[in-house]
Amino acid sequence: MFRRLSVFHNGSNERVVRVFAVTSVSSGVIVLVGAVFLACAVEMVEALTIVLAVGHTRGWRSALEGTVVALVALAALVAVFGPALVHVPLSVLRLVVGAILLIFGMQWLRKAILRSSGLKAKHDEDAIYQETVAELEALSNRPDRDRIAFVMAFKGVFLEGLEVVITVLTLGTSAHRLGLAITTAGVAIVLVGIVGAIVAKQLSSVPENAMKMGVGILLVSYGTFWVGEGLKVTWPGNDGALALFVGLYAVILWLLITLIRPSRSVIESEVPA
Amino acid sequence: MNQKQSPLIVRLLKGFGMFWWDFLVGDTPELFAAVLVIIGAVALSRIVLQENALAIVLLPLLAIIALALSVYRAQRAARK
Repeated sequence: MFRRLSVFHNGSNERVVRVFAVTSVSSGVIVLVGAVFLACAVEMVEALTIVLAVGHTRGWRSALEGTVVALVALAALVAVFGPALVHVPLSVLRLVVGAILLIFGMQWLRKAILRSSGLKAKHDEDAIYQETVAELEALSNRPDRDRIAFVMAFKGVFLEGLEVVITVLTLGTSAHRLGLAITTAGVAIVLVGIVGAIVAKQLSSVPENAMKMGVGILLVSYGTFWVGEGLKVTWPGNDGALALFVGLYAVILWLLITLIRPSRSVIESEVPA
Repeated sequence: MNQKQSPLIVRLLKGFGMFWWDFLVGDTPELFAAVLVIIGAVALSRIVLQENALAIVLLPLLAIIALALSVYRAQRAARK
């Protein structure tokens, strides 16, 4: 982004010097875009898996109808709650949003740590796809207008989309950049949609756990920052503190994974000869 | 009362409440409680004691401790 600066001199020889300088994008914007993009991409992968399973098994008409109705409902939620949130006092909004993001982010990090250390099964899109297909095939009746396919596609898109809406609204309104958050979410959804439609059943190859780790770190960082802002804490470096939090939580995440991951010697001793 | 007999508005409110309960509390009530403690501790240090530096340290530190304890709890549960 470029900014124009005008310099005026006294007297008749007024001179205008135009200086074009690169305006530094604040770390707050980078973290906002990263958090919204990754969160939306992850949720889109999960929603797309369900829609693909429904479409392949029960036909595309009802699956797409369910998807479109869910998207319209989600857009209506953004249209209703987005402008309303702008009227909430900023310190209250940031405290509430910060608390929500802190809880949400720690939940994501906890799951990512447990999955990385092998204590929890990784999110397997192939398994979810197969389970959904098996569930739908068991219901052999397939009328022209398929209510089951419609409801499953609607639920899948609406529930995953609701998390996207909450992420976009909370991050966007608190940062006073709702437009940027919505645009980023739109780009992520369209990109994953296009890639998903091309690779179809290979969504399991998306590094979802790594993406969730990234989202978790960004959400906890924003949560920490805004809880502090809501409680009138003055952060050193203002927005720059966000970058520090990202680094700090990334190191903590790595430490926790390393600490609870069973060592190779333990694993070998547990394997029968 | 059977849920089918409840008025639509009651079902919607119940669903809305359940969604937020699952979303914020779910199977990690310790994280929900920890965030309330964090807010209380930071409010005490910043607003009551007027200690900005203490609040700066306390906020991320308590979040890290809460996360570590929650992971430790899950680890113990997984090994039982």
